[in-house]
Amino acid sequence: MTRSSLFETRRVLLLVCLPLTGLLLLPTAYLMARAGEVGLTEAADYLTRSGTLRIMGRSALLVAATAGASVLIGVPAAWLTVRTDLRGRRWWTILLAVPLVIPSYVGAFALVGALGPRGMLQGALEPLGVERLPSIYGFWGAWLAITLFSYPYVFLSARAGLMQIDPALEEASATLGRSGLATFRHVTLPQLAPSILAGALLVALYTLSDFGAVSIMQYNVFTRAIYLRLSLNLDLAALLSLVLVAFTVALLAVSARAERRTYPATGRTHRAPRRVALGRWQWAAVAFCAAVVALALVAPLGVMAYWLVNGVQHGETLRDVFAPLQRSLRAAAVAAGVSGLLALPFVFLQVRYPGGLSRLIARAAYVGYALPGVVVALSLVFLGARSLNVLNDLLGLDGYRSFALLIAAYVVRFLAQAIGPARTALLQVNPHLEESGLLLGRGRARVFATVTLPLMRSGVAAGVALVFLTVMKELPVTLLLAPSGYDTLATRIWSASSEAFYARAAAPALVLVALSALSLMYVLEPDD
Amino acid sequence: MRILRHFVTIALLTAAILSVVLPLPGQNNSHLLTAAEAQGSTLTIYSGRSEELVGPIIEQFQADTGIAVEVRYGSTSNMALTILEEGANTEADVFFAQDAGALGLLAKDGVLETLPAYILDSVEPRFRSADGLWVGITGRARVVTYNTDALSEADLPASLLDFTDPAWQGRLGFAPTNASFLSHLTALRVAGGDDAARAFLQGLLDNEARQYENNVAAVAAVAAGEIDAALVNHYYMYRVLAETPGAPLASYYFPGDDIGNLVNVAWAAIVASSDAKPLAQQFIAYLLSRTAQTYFAEATYEYPLLLGMDADARLRPLAEIETPDVDLSDLDDLEATVNLLEEMLNN
Repeated sequence: MTRSSLFETRRVLLLVCLPLTGLLLLPTAYLMARAGEVGLTEAADYLTRSGTLRIMGRSALLVAATAGASVLIGVPAAWLTVRTDLRGRRWWTILLAVPLVIPSYVGAFALVGALGPRGMLQGALEPLGVERLPSIYGFWGAWLAITLFSYPYVFLSARAGLMQIDPALEEASATLGRSGLATFRHVTLPQLAPSILAGALLVALYTLSDFGAVSIMQYNVFTRAIYLRLSLNLDLAALLSLVLVAFTVALLAVSARAERRTYPATGRTHRAPRRVALGRWQWAAVAFCAAVVALALVAPLGVMAYWLVNGVQHGETLRDVFAPLQRSLRAAAVAAGVSGLLALPFVFLQVRYPGGLSRLIARAAYVGYALPGVVVALSLVFLGARSLNVLNDLLGLDGYRSFALLIAAYVVRFLAQAIGPARTALLQVNPHLEESGLLLGRGRARVFATVTLPLMRSGVAAGVALVFLTVMKELPVTLLLAPSGYDTLATRIWSASSEAFYARAAAPALVLVALSALSLMYVLEPDD
Repeated sequence: MRILRHFVTIALLTAAILSVVLPLPGQNNSHLLTAAEAQGSTLTIYSGRSEELVGPIIEQFQADTGIAVEVRYGSTSNMALTILEEGANTEADVFFAQDAGALGLLAKDGVLETLPAYILDSVEPRFRSADGLWVGITGRARVVTYNTDALSEADLPASLLDFTDPAWQGRLGFAPTNASFLSHLTALRVAGGDDAARAFLQGLLDNEARQYENNVAAVAAVAAGEIDAALVNHYYMYRVLAETPGAPLASYYFPGDDIGNLVNVAWAAIVASSDAKPLAQQFIAYLLSRTAQTYFAEATYEYPLLLGMDADARLRPLAEIETPDVDLSDLDDLEATVNLLEEMLNN
């Protein structure tokens, strides 16, 4: 491989990535302009108020707690489903991933219904004299709700990572007399760390941007301040959102620093690793998975099923869910596919051509992800109405909203989810393999398609799955930017639940979960 | 080879999905401006009211008039912000809002068009804008919804402000960041001054009144017995009762013209940059027709505001509610309310 061909590839990658980076940074640029309308002294005064500082502290605490708990659930779950003879592991894989699709406002509300002071659990315990359970509201409720509906970020990412690791190293360690646990700690974990970090980063950023769970659990964090400000105008809300961007940049730096102390696995054999026989631990492993699934999936589904049955019994009429289902699937599939494709040049540039510029480009993708969805949506509304309108007038189209704009907005919001796992997957592909391919006379693109891509496929698939699940439940961008009449399952659920029509909210919610589970079977590869 | 096959499966799947979807932008072909559309024969509504509430009556409007309608749903403040961000290019002809608080965002800077007198005159003066920019469609009374297993009407105080009494420690719920409560707090500021509002809120916080995300969650908590009573809008209780007929719920109105008896409105207005103003007028007039007002009374349990219309028989009649002396237009002063709330909640 000559130096010039190396630079040639880099130039092509930059040519693709730079315009995309511009798109990803558009909302931030707009927010800066709006925040600029807040006077400097007013801004400084507002940001340094004790109340503002306090909610920033709460946000930081919640981020650390949810990310930590997600690792404690996601990593063991990934290991059990990939590396052991866990019974029914294929089913556990799907069941453990699906909670990601449950909208946080629905999940949190269902958790209150199940575990609240006078919830269903209390009802079951009442014969035993339990009048009231300890309050679920506040930090613990918010922590529980966000962890239960976002640990799949770590789970899917760690799964992809585990599948990339060459079992030869672990076997060597075992041959040298290390115990299973020591091998996991000293050989597997360091190789897996980048995947875990990528997942935990997504959990952390999701926690920053979540509004539904924290507001239902009454934990006063940064997003609540942003939403309250949005009832007045965008200026202060924009300023506060930029603080979230700063948080994000800090988190990215922390994660990059942590990653430097890890050893990404390189190379992958096509040989599947030997599965650990769980033996008498089998039941404990099944109990662990069952407990997680019970809380994160069965509890919310149970509450929703109860609402549905209860409502239908009392004559509630249900609306057709087929059309919104089709729209949800269509939007999620296209957004996931596009994000998966666009993630490739990003991660390739970042991993194979590291440097200041490529680092900057890679981080741009994370900014849109940490911003509250409604803020991203409003900035695209502004930009769309003032720029695309001219274009669409020329084309004779009515208005600026289109399916393409909606997909672009989803990409701005969620590209980071596709990049995270794909990046760690590429880190684990030994560049020598690519170089061998090039030396044997294959072209760059050909080598990428026949060597690199197949080796990183589990990471790409995990990223695609993440984007798919989050777009299925996405609300604010869909409400503001979808073409007229493009209502999805998520908008239906919101519309009904915000007005206390629980039965009508339950039907689309159950369909959302069921269909997402089915779709996942296509994205998550069977691992045996 | 298996690896490759999986990859091919995924690629094919993506391709298949893309091919299904790619014709979609063509969906816009149906939006191609026809001659009729260019003259403004499609009405676009931005609704801050949920589709569950207003979807059926909008469909009825289309069926009755043959006018093509496009609706965009969202929260009232998000829809108002969308109109502002879109500026003169907004597609909105009509804005249908859930709460008087959003007036602050729009009833300035010439965003809204003055409504004709025949529309304004179909409701009482207390439910319309003095300068004709908006008109109330339905009334949403602020009430105390309480758990009948825990309380009877006699246990409830004579004034909203009495909920600051320590006797209510840990028993009351409210939705502090909800638009309806924000409007109520603004009303309190307008009627009694900032200090009165601050003292009331401080009293609630001292009593550890439970904070809920919205009225729905607060009413659900009352029904479950998590709290004894909540400060909410009147109609949520009836929706819970419709799905759970035996729920131990009742609502309480304060005696006299107590500040607790605020009647907020859902309102509609015409966007000044609209290219379909005649249709927009026709739509708002329709919302105030007997057909639509009957729909709201029966399906959403709200108060019809058209003069001469009766509310659901279970509701206290509007004529018997002495509303406090607060002009709904003054509820647009939301900024001071939000500042006050934020200062108190975050400390």
